[in-house]
Amino acid sequence: MSRRLLYLLPLLTLALMAGFFAWSLLIGRDPAAIGSVVVGRPAPPLNIPALQEGQAPLTDALFKSGKPVLVNFFASWCAPCLAEHPLFMRLKEREGAIVIGIAWKNKRDEALAWLKRLGNPFQTAGLDLEGKAGLDWGLSGVPETYAVDGNGIVRLHFRGPLIERDLTDSVIPFLKGNAP
Amino acid sequence: MRSGTPCHPEAEGRGTSEAKGKVPRSARAARVWARSQCIALLLLCALPALAVEPTEMLKDPALEARARQIGQALRCVVCQNQSIDDSQAEVAHDMRRAVRERLQAGDSDDQVFAYMVARYGDYVLLKPPFKARTLVLWLGAPALLLIAGVALLFAARRRRTATVAPPPLNEEERVRLSVILGDQWDFHPERSEGACGKQERSLGLRPRDDS
Repeated sequence: MSRRLLYLLPLLTLALMAGFFAWSLLIGRDPAAIGSVVVGRPAPPLNIPALQEGQAPLTDALFKSGKPVLVNFFASWCAPCLAEHPLFMRLKEREGAIVIGIAWKNKRDEALAWLKRLGNPFQTAGLDLEGKAGLDWGLSGVPETYAVDGNGIVRLHFRGPLIERDLTDSVIPFLKGNAP
Repeated sequence: MRSGTPCHPEAEGRGTSEAKGKVPRSARAARVWARSQCIALLLLCALPALAVEPTEMLKDPALEARARQIGQALRCVVCQNQSIDDSQAEVAHDMRRAVRERLQAGDSDDQVFAYMVARYGDYVLLKPPFKARTLVLWLGAPALLLIAGVALLFAARRRRTATVAPPPLNEEERVRLSVILGDQWDFHPERSEGACGKQERSLGLRPRDDS
């Protein structure tokens, strides 16, 4: 009897593996997602010059206003940044969101020209020419967007351009004070 | 064989013009052989292409060597399966520079790794750390091996017990056996304890010697 059950073992193994693979496929996990360790921690230090010459540099004080803040790393040479740009304009105009822009590895005048041409969704913008601030924030490229709550804790981190669904699912609820 | 000459374009040219189409087969084969050896040598000389740019390198060779070692163990967060030393990505460049800055500031290797993990998580380490979340990753394969080994041991033991000699035959069985074996063997119960071979003794059988 037990010997006959033994013959079922390969079939059982197959069923187990197939089940595991099906589960991995259906759970909706993105295998390319690399996660973010900054989420749930205080916002990384920030100390960069302003994009507009003559303005005060951007510091951690921006996260101590008690209001939720979005931080968007962008560059004028980055096509996905262009794609998500209208969403930030809408966030500013309709939701009154405070968005801090950081031009990453971008020449000052090119970034400024880009904002002038498309419209400026940022309350303040900084310049991270060398990508040092990006490294402190765990940036892997542009665009990336962080949501920092009123207590200065990072709550959301989007790698890649924001899309409509990100806004309705997480960004707008975050701005309204509801944890997504 | 004249090593080296086939690599030289002049020598090659001279050889072909001198007797085009009339080159003996062996000479041609030798030339092909020399050429392939030449290519093999060049391939051996080829160094792995690193993305580390000269401007990034530190002047202190010891520090630079440490930076390389660390760089080989850090994952480029854009290229997933490349180390930052192998990657041309912008972020990899920044990370290489940060590693060197930390080393110059006097950080130990572990501190540099901690610096990167604080920003990019364990993901940035090409060799995952040993902790509760990675237990299955580190111990899964050895555990499977252990289970398989134990199972194999049990199976082997069971097989051995199964091949233990059966109990000796009783009288009735011996008679039946002698009947089955017929005229090839005779049954000599009185001689079963004699100077015969071991197996014969245990069966109480002897070959018939009436030939």
